[in-house]
Amino acid sequence: MIDPAPIKIGNRSFRSRLFVGTGKYPTYELMRECHTASGCDVVTVAVRRERLYDKENRNILDFIDAKRYTILPNTAGCFTAEDAVRVARLGRDILEQINNPGASWVKLEVLSDPKTLLPEPVGTLEALTTLKRDGFDVLVYTSDDPAMARRLKEAGATSVMPAGSPIGSGQGVLNPNNIRIILEMLKAGDPDYPVIVDAGVGTASDVTIAMELGADGVLLNTGIASAKDPVAMAKAMAHAIDAGYLAARAGRIPRKLYATASSPTEGTIVY
Amino acid sequence: MNVSEQIEVTVNGETVPLEAGANLARLIAIRQPRPPFAAEINKRHIRRTEYANIALNPGDKIEIVTLVGGG
Repeated sequence: MIDPAPIKIGNRSFRSRLFVGTGKYPTYELMRECHTASGCDVVTVAVRRERLYDKENRNILDFIDAKRYTILPNTAGCFTAEDAVRVARLGRDILEQINNPGASWVKLEVLSDPKTLLPEPVGTLEALTTLKRDGFDVLVYTSDDPAMARRLKEAGATSVMPAGSPIGSGQGVLNPNNIRIILEMLKAGDPDYPVIVDAGVGTASDVTIAMELGADGVLLNTGIASAKDPVAMAKAMAHAIDAGYLAARAGRIPRKLYATASSPTEGTIVY
Repeated sequence: MNVSEQIEVTVNGETVPLEAGANLARLIAIRQPRPPFAAEINKRHIRRTEYANIALNPGDKIEIVTLVGGG
């Protein structure tokens, strides 16, 4: 029915424009089922201290087919550029061991405080510069500030990923005008530059709105993982991507203040 | 056992006793983290090929990490 063009991110190309997290699922089995239902090609993961043992000695990688999915390691939980760079290097080491194409890229998050989880712009830019020098393809989580988005692209971000609203907040796209400005700025003379809305998605319509604005993709985690029926929501998100992608290209009608009749005004029997 | 032959390092935030002169490969062998994992000492990433070449010093802070669920 729908066959959207693949999304290009640096030298990678993906059929699905939906990027899904692996956090907060009650079970690994449910996570895997959601990934399948969402049709995603890329899943994000975090880097954390290894435990000596867990109750079933299972690793998340037992539930992610590393041949099917490109794994995108994040630097979540880092509040300084230095820590984000450390985490990125450790994540790359791990992904190299399983020969996953995600090894040379990273989703950069440098956060300002644990309560808002808003991006810390100075640290983000600093970490981006270091990681670029280190050979990473860096997908950068940022706020919806167009000026910052432009700075990040200029500094070599492979993709700029503005937040729709705070991480896990489910508030959707709070400032569509800023997202539009970011898209206009970053795609000027470079229409294929990938801009992915990352964070804040609460339900399928939020994804569609982001895509209708012209985003190339959407990255989300909590919206699926914490839904009452995560598998159903994963399917809904996949449809939402397609709906928004098509609508963006179909060309919506302009908003008008007054009504325009859909039925002929001539030939009515009203007098 | 002679106490002077032991050192203490910190592994993932916990104090761990280790024989003096042990390298990172030795610590990994004792701890047996489930692969794949990655390691750093004092905030510096150590490549796997270097584990046997890196001697541990008293007070070193070692992190051994793996992948977990995240967004």
